[in-house]
Amino acid sequence: MKLTGEQDRQNSADVWVLAEMTGGALHPVSHELLGAARRLAADRGCRVWAVALGSDLSDAAASLIAHGADGVILVGDGRLQAFNDELECNVLERLVRKYRPEIFLGAATNRGRALIPRLASRLYAGLTADCTGLAIDPETGDLLQTRPAFGGNIMATIRSGGFRPQMATVRPKVMQALPGDRTRSGMVVRESVAPEDALHIKQILETIERRENTVNLSDARIIVAGGRAMKGPEGFALLESFAQRIGGALGASRAAVDSGWIAYPHQVGQTGQTVQADVYIACGISGQIQHLIGMQSCKTIVAIDIDDTTPMMQLADIAVKGDLFAVIPEVMKALDRAGVRRAPASTEADTEEEEQC
Amino acid sequence: MKIVVCIKQVPATSDASIDPVTKRIVREGSKAMLNPFDLYAVEEAVRLREQAGGEVIALSMGPESAKNALVEALSMGADRAVLLSDRAFGGSDTWATSYALARAIDTLGGVDLVICGKQAVDGDTAQVGAGIAAKLDLLQAANVGKTEALDADGITVRRMHERGWDVVRLRFPALITVLKDINAPRVPTLRAARAARRAEIPVWHPADIGADPGRIGLRASPTQVVRTAPPAARSAVTTRIAGAPAEVAGELVRELLARKLL
Repeated sequence: MKLTGEQDRQNSADVWVLAEMTGGALHPVSHELLGAARRLAADRGCRVWAVALGSDLSDAAASLIAHGADGVILVGDGRLQAFNDELECNVLERLVRKYRPEIFLGAATNRGRALIPRLASRLYAGLTADCTGLAIDPETGDLLQTRPAFGGNIMATIRSGGFRPQMATVRPKVMQALPGDRTRSGMVVRESVAPEDALHIKQILETIERRENTVNLSDARIIVAGGRAMKGPEGFALLESFAQRIGGALGASRAAVDSGWIAYPHQVGQTGQTVQADVYIACGISGQIQHLIGMQSCKTIVAIDIDDTTPMMQLADIAVKGDLFAVIPEVMKALDRAGVRRAPASTEADTEEEEQC
Repeated sequence: MKIVVCIKQVPATSDASIDPVTKRIVREGSKAMLNPFDLYAVEEAVRLREQAGGEVIALSMGPESAKNALVEALSMGADRAVLLSDRAFGGSDTWATSYALARAIDTLGGVDLVICGKQAVDGDTAQVGAGIAAKLDLLQAANVGKTEALDADGITVRRMHERGWDVVRLRFPALITVLKDINAPRVPTLRAARAARRAEIPVWHPADIGADPGRIGLRASPTQVVRTAPPAARSAVTTRIAGAPAEVAGELVRELLARKLL
């Protein structure tokens, strides 16, 4: 059993951001993490480093520096194309021991939420998941990490005492990215995969990318979600066209998923996904507690239902009473009349846009 | 095949209501339940044993009352159960918890596969599974939605992610965390439930698992909660729209545009 915790306050410096690579491209959350890192580095008077692992990192360094990194550590290797928890963990463990960052930030994506706990465990470091606030304690200089717990019922502020690095993950769209500045310059350090990093790793046999509308609930700015009152798959077809019309992702209650009207990756709630969209439009979802704790952190909640006594209609910021099957087509017509233009739904569009700057 | 399924007792989410002023959920009572994701972990463990033979051991850490969660696992088909319970374990964060569970798994010996739920619904961290895998040097796959193949050397699983899934092959010993759509958990028969309630569940202490006293409990936990606070209150004002479909639709779109949400 490998246990350390040898890294402490005295021998640590700088803020690291683990860049998130999806399908070979830089995910926008990497820039958001750099935005957060810059603010922390200003308070600590230290530098920001971005670390990127992947097979083709030719464009990553410039983009990371433009968005706030003072330096970039690149590990380019064909074996890092698909996400291999053990391999990435071994590489990062070696790099952290070598450079000793004080703070380590990563994305709370599926990849980050599998990889970073493994790394923190190896390093005997404290890790706080899904932070919504990061700040430096002016007295101790420690990282204060605020996160929701109990499904958003409590906000807990956590620190890691003398343990270093202080590690935290943040979901996409929580932190603000800085505008890209191509005049910024930074150092680029190249590291490689060591033979021992690849000794005991899994085999990735195949990677399947869904062709149809991807279910990116965690990244979505707008979510249109349906419940039992959508009555069947036809109801969800209506919601899907509504979601596409406003550039939203499609969500569902457990009742709708368990009825087989829509696939599980769309489920929002305690046994599905926890979402933090700007706008959540709940269509015919009564609002059982298990659903509410998965979406109560959304900024604006709109509910549409014929029954205006449900918990969801009470919780909503905007509650629309009416027959869903009549109201939703009318909403789409009203959007046309109001000249609201059709928005692209996929995150690919976001990524491309980000990459151009 | 020897499978360990790690489960957690969490506060029940029933009996909650919405505070009309803060629009936040108010929890009442102190009922406990088995973490919902763990039902799928137990079911998958039992199914794999039914396929390959061997034994399923349910493992939990918590107060004496966490035996109820283990009884539920036994009633679903786990062969035996072990509870880690000691004041010295109290206040453990995810690091110290995964250390204790890893020590227990090591003590059980010869374990091929560890199965955990995706995350516990109280903390929502999803850190303990990967923490156990790291400490025991197990290959890991998180968010498993399907078992593709199983043999004496390893398991092939479908690992879900935001853009689709990967098919990955893990040689034993390995650890997976499972999602809800991996299976439909069985409802225990009355007979199984009765037998489970009568089962002896040993309680293990730090010395039983060879735990380093400096690696367990609150003091060994790298994360410390400084303070907790209620989340910011939602606006108590609900804008209510009712009327004919075309009218309410127009009003909703105007409202969304006025709030700059579209």
